[in-house]
Amino acid sequence: MTETPASATPAPAAAPPPDAPVVVFRNVSIRFDGPPVLDDVSFTIAPGETRVLLGPAGVGKSVLLKLINGLLRPDHGSIELFGQEITAMREEDLFPLRTRTGMVFQEGALFDSLSVRDNVAYQLIQERVPDDEIDRRVHQVLSFVELDNTFNFFPASLSGGMRRRVAIARALIHQPELLLYDSPTGGLDPITSTTIVELIVKERDVYHAPSILVTHRLQDAFTLCTHRFDPEKGAMVPLPKGHTDPNTTFLMLEEGRLIFDGSLHQLLHAENPFVREFLL
Amino acid sequence: MAIDAIERAAKGIVLTVQDYSLFAQRAVLNLFRPPRYWTDFLIQSNIIGVGSTSIVLLSGFFTGGVLALQSAATLSEFGATAVTGRFVSLTMIRELGPVLTGIMVAGRNASSMASELGSMVVTEQIDAMRALGVDPMRKLVTPRLFACISMLFFLTILADACGILGGGFVTVVMNHQNGTQYFSMAWEHLRLPDIAQGLVKPLFSGFIIASIGCFYGMRTTGGTEGVGRSTINAVVFSSVMIIFADFLLTQVLLKLFPPL
Repeated sequence: MTETPASATPAPAAAPPPDAPVVVFRNVSIRFDGPPVLDDVSFTIAPGETRVLLGPAGVGKSVLLKLINGLLRPDHGSIELFGQEITAMREEDLFPLRTRTGMVFQEGALFDSLSVRDNVAYQLIQERVPDDEIDRRVHQVLSFVELDNTFNFFPASLSGGMRRRVAIARALIHQPELLLYDSPTGGLDPITSTTIVELIVKERDVYHAPSILVTHRLQDAFTLCTHRFDPEKGAMVPLPKGHTDPNTTFLMLEEGRLIFDGSLHQLLHAENPFVREFLL
Repeated sequence: MAIDAIERAAKGIVLTVQDYSLFAQRAVLNLFRPPRYWTDFLIQSNIIGVGSTSIVLLSGFFTGGVLALQSAATLSEFGATAVTGRFVSLTMIRELGPVLTGIMVAGRNASSMASELGSMVVTEQIDAMRALGVDPMRKLVTPRLFACISMLFFLTILADACGILGGGFVTVVMNHQNGTQYFSMAWEHLRLPDIAQGLVKPLFSGFIIASIGCFYGMRTTGGTEGVGRSTINAVVFSSVMIIFADFLLTQVLLKLFPPL
């Protein structure tokens, strides 16, 4: 008995122009039981752009990330992903769209019962890619996150940092057109956090996929903006003094409202008292 | 205040029933549309069917034994101990086999489904699956549902057989009656409608166990404490619903197949 493969990704009805935003939020609001978690949030993510979403814990950052690929539905407003309006899209129509994104969850969200190989290759296994091809691509992407030796391990035997790196490998294996990082350094020690940020910089500068990174750690956000990946050294190096990555910009949430959208320079000179307090 | 609380509780119940109905409908309809996960169906059949065999065999055997002990004591007052076999086989096949098997399997598998899926929900593995483009309803719920229905059917047959054997053991070894008489009475008075009645019920019980177990698992909230709550709800509601469904089905089946 064989499994029926998951339906292939259907071609979009009309391809959006190449410079069209990958994600568009228009006046998005959502609430659960209580006050709004997100209130009238609007922003875009352009091709090749890395957006860092800042804000204290519990401000709605993870909810915003889940709205982007339709894991949650807004109460008001509209969301476009790859040029398609997803707010009212049926769940089964969202699945092919989601395969074009890669998401790294807060704690990794690796499948406990599967090995690292099967976790990373999860999407490829569903698409019934031949085993040899799967093994080759898993080795390739595990090498990217410098964890090739964990191929046959199970998630339970990995450290917190290793789990996040495997989660990044899982998100990258399908060569996504958009990456969503949900607090990938949360709860990690500074050295491991830097390793994860270095991987994100490496992904940004090697694959150039647009991404949004949720974090409450300013240090990670600034590192992302002031460093680049040097392919010759195979490591992250600082940009010349006074230079920042022009494609890395910032968003900040306060109690569900977007209070800042701009570059690092604008962030450092913002007059909003909450932004200033957050930066201290 | 009290009326508000009653209203909220009533709305909560109606909403839960509505959610459950939609959930169960989706789980069933998924079987008729690709993708279908046959490997997961076989894995779940192994976990539910093979994994539950020992408890079903033991509970069936001892239930049949108890039936033989109790019935022989009463029947001896009327000089009718010869019909012990008929009593045990009819009771096991029509009623106790399906219901007890359902409750045993509910205790083992509704709880495991709720806790497994609940843990996956609270650790965001379900969201991760959706983000990877895989429908958790198709991948996790539908295979469990159909594996549970098909396995419960066969487990009930095993429980019935073991119950009759258990009754035979007690009749021969403890009550010192004739074994041939016991088994011939058990067999001769068995009619096709009795067997049909006994084999329709596990189909419904299997549906109840898997749908309720998966439903509570997939709607888990509140971390590890929530997983515990979901597990308790799954076992309690599936056990009660099995007995309630048995009550309704017995009335319908007795009308369809009236006793001679």
